[in-house]
Amino acid sequence: MTVTEERPPTPEEEHEAIEILWEEAPGTPGFFASVDHKRIGMRYIYTAFIFFFIAGIQALLLRAQLTSPDSQVMGPQTYNQMFTMHGTTMIFLFNTPVLAGFGNYLLPLQLGTRDMAFPRLNAFSYWVFILAAIFMYSSYLVGRPPAGGWFAYVPLTNREYSPGVNMDFWGLGVTFVGISTTVGAVNFIVTIFKMRAPGMTLNRMPIFVWSILAMAVMVIFAVPALTVGTVLLEADRLFGTQFYDPSGGGNPLLYQHLFWFWGHPEVYILFVPAAGMVATVIPVFARRRLAGYKWVAASLVAISFISFGVWVHHMFATGLPALAMSFFSAASLIIAIPSGILFFCLIATIWRGEVEWTVPFLFALGWFLIFLLGGITGVMVSVMPFDWQAHDSYFIVAHFHYVLNGAVVFPIFGALYYWLPKMTGRMLDEKLGKVSFWIMFVGFNLAFFPMHVLGLLGMPRRIYTYSSGLGWDTLNIVITAGSFMFGLGTLLTLINFLNSKFRGQPAGGNPWNADGLEWSTPTSPPPECNFESIPVAAGRHPLWDSEKLEEAESGTDEATKSMGPSGALNRQTPILSGLQSGPEETMEIPEPTYTPFVLALGIAVIFLGLLIQAALVGVLGLVVAAIGITTWLWRTESDLQ
Amino acid sequence: MTRARCRALAGVAVGIVLLAACSKASPNALEPKGPDARSIADVAWLMFAMATAVYVVVAGFIIVGALRGAKASRISDNAFIWVGGLFAPIAILAILAVVTVKTTDSLRTPDPNPLKIEATGFQYWWAVEYPDEKVTTANEIRVPAGRPVEIGLHSKDVIHSFWVPELAGKVDMVPGQRNVIRFTADKPGEYRGQCAEFCGLQHAKMAFLVVAEEPGDYERWVIRQQRPRSGPSSEREAAGEQVFMRSSCAGCHAVRGTEAQGTLGPDLSDFGSRRTIGAVAVPNTRGHLAGWIENSQSIKPGNLMPPVQLEPDELLNLIEYLEGLS
Repeated sequence: MTVTEERPPTPEEEHEAIEILWEEAPGTPGFFASVDHKRIGMRYIYTAFIFFFIAGIQALLLRAQLTSPDSQVMGPQTYNQMFTMHGTTMIFLFNTPVLAGFGNYLLPLQLGTRDMAFPRLNAFSYWVFILAAIFMYSSYLVGRPPAGGWFAYVPLTNREYSPGVNMDFWGLGVTFVGISTTVGAVNFIVTIFKMRAPGMTLNRMPIFVWSILAMAVMVIFAVPALTVGTVLLEADRLFGTQFYDPSGGGNPLLYQHLFWFWGHPEVYILFVPAAGMVATVIPVFARRRLAGYKWVAASLVAISFISFGVWVHHMFATGLPALAMSFFSAASLIIAIPSGILFFCLIATIWRGEVEWTVPFLFALGWFLIFLLGGITGVMVSVMPFDWQAHDSYFIVAHFHYVLNGAVVFPIFGALYYWLPKMTGRMLDEKLGKVSFWIMFVGFNLAFFPMHVLGLLGMPRRIYTYSSGLGWDTLNIVITAGSFMFGLGTLLTLINFLNSKFRGQPAGGNPWNADGLEWSTPTSPPPECNFESIPVAAGRHPLWDSEKLEEAESGTDEATKSMGPSGALNRQTPILSGLQSGPEETMEIPEPTYTPFVLALGIAVIFLGLLIQAALVGVLGLVVAAIGITTWLWRTESDLQ
Repeated sequence: MTRARCRALAGVAVGIVLLAACSKASPNALEPKGPDARSIADVAWLMFAMATAVYVVVAGFIIVGALRGAKASRISDNAFIWVGGLFAPIAILAILAVVTVKTTDSLRTPDPNPLKIEATGFQYWWAVEYPDEKVTTANEIRVPAGRPVEIGLHSKDVIHSFWVPELAGKVDMVPGQRNVIRFTADKPGEYRGQCAEFCGLQHAKMAFLVVAEEPGDYERWVIRQQRPRSGPSSEREAAGEQVFMRSSCAGCHAVRGTEAQGTLGPDLSDFGSRRTIGAVAVPNTRGHLAGWIENSQSIKPGNLMPPVQLEPDELLNLIEYLEGLS
């Protein structure tokens, strides 16, 4: 710092000083203290993928059991535990967090800022996620995994029919992980509204950011319903209340309403960001602007609204009045309209563009062909009479795998091929990627298409075995073969990723010649501070719109002082506001800290106390959480100045 | 265009699989055996046709669009969005909305003078009562062909779901409420039903049969069930009855007209005429029955019935007695 007193620093010196300032402690201490959104985002993605492969192996074991009638690969208890954990893991520990991971990593970069609005909250949401995951999976360590289904319908999951801690692992774990999703959503929303680069008006916001915004708003309104549902469930289980017990004046259908009031928006919570990924990738490789940008943004928002009016289509067979159900049937049909608009905006983009057949584009194409069918069958099952046949049969298993696996996992794989080079600095192999895609695509359709037929042939879901002579045998063999093929395809991408770590081509700043601000950072991975100078967004496709990206300069007032390198040098980033994204004030980016981890750990101990019903453990958790939250909020003299 | 050919081939392959699958004796929702399932199947076929058309057209646009390169296009972005994204879906959905309302209405309209039955789900079997006829049975529902049936659905433990794909859609059995399902079986036959809501360990083996009979045959069955019991017809049956009453059987099962009035397990009054044991777990043969009595846990692990230890001749007499119940 003596240098600055004598003469202004040269850009090189400044650059070096910024690097030193943003560098994080190495090793374990640094790991637990980091608040950097890139680090947290990648952690999210890596952790989620570990659970993807765990749940994938569970799926293959389930398929092994169902390959032939009366097979003995596993007994009913093991099977029921495994399909419960497969669904729970895929929804809560893979799909939701992996999308949060991409959001975390990409949002500040796409918005042109140096971190999320609440970096410590961001770290906290990761720690809650991983601790909740460990919490749920420790059920295997004590040999008591839940077996009541990932949807955990009462009365089957109450104390009487599911004794033991098995379902408590589920009920408490899901409640716990909901904290992570909710605070993450708050962070996304505030970041989007307060951290957009100068010039990034709402109608210039990247489509992926729109999709994260729509997703986060859904989370805020949907997850509380789930939390209420599981808290009442646990109250019934642990404290003997009777919210869901008809003999005590409760109602088992109340649980279904609460669960699906979250559960159906949840499908869109996963689908919408995945669609945002597709809508990001397609223009890049069709080499043209996204057709109907405003339509796409509006349809993502429309989907997030309508998604709250469709939950009863999961309950068409529960005996509700036909007139009441017909409203939900209508809403379920109507949600196809924004999906259709989204679809045709992308088709128009491809139609009038010139396609470059990269792996990310292939996965986007896979999304099209798979989601198209998943969407069509979705319309079918919103037609009540048809649903009365299809509901809880393999037709539904086929339908929601086309949506949740096809229309979510395929874009996520495409996103890996597209964004991992930015994250790791190395390209993945295109050839291996294409092989992986085609094996996944063919395997997927072999595995899930025949399930439609199987459902109409009368095979119900969630059965651990079936007799021969029902006409289900051949199709089940095909399905198992397809599922193993799909698994192999995903494995090839894993190999591709590991290989790229050592032998991948260096990615450079913008290997795809893409349009978004995340590609404007000169290096991959981006510098720790993202942007030494905050970029100015001149259009919807900033890197395509002008030859050279304009950068903001630090002003002298409070609002603009952190725009230039001096902001990076002081660990600051500007807060911007309003539709026009005008500078408002300056935010200090917090130093690395352990407090988010301590708070998350404290909450985990509270849940452990509830699980083993030990008041002392619960109190201990409260104390740890209190320490965490106090140090988090503590302000020193220097903070206040 | 090889891609299009691939898809055509795939379509043919799928068709073959479908045909192969349909030719076997599945409880097939698309081969309805009564008017209720038929009206749903009609909706299904209509939607399959529309779905195929939509899929082919839209996927065609995607594939052609991706392959056509940078050629100039006469179709504007807005044409795609308005026609493909807005008008076409609205037209299709409007048709489906009308179909939904009409079909729902006709399916939910009660028939005049139906046969009334009450069915109750248990983990993992079905109790069946004919309140007007005052007949009780289990796991097998006898109905006269051609007569509308109205079944009240109940549950005494967890949620089950009543599903006979060839006759009707499914309706849940929810504790604390009474739902209703209606169907008619056109012709005599045996229609397999299965629990469709996950209900615990043996959800997979909670099936049942709807047995539709000529009205005369059905009447005879009802009358037989209403008649006071005539005693055992042979010495061995008499010995078997003693075994039944003495051992643990009578604690859980009921046999009409005897002191056995247990309600934890299925009523066995017409057991000899039933086609399966353990809610369609195994066929009702003497061999399977012996295995079931000795250790039903090896056939359907987790069901409530404990293994029963009997001397060989006791077992034979018991089987003789049970098979004689009709």
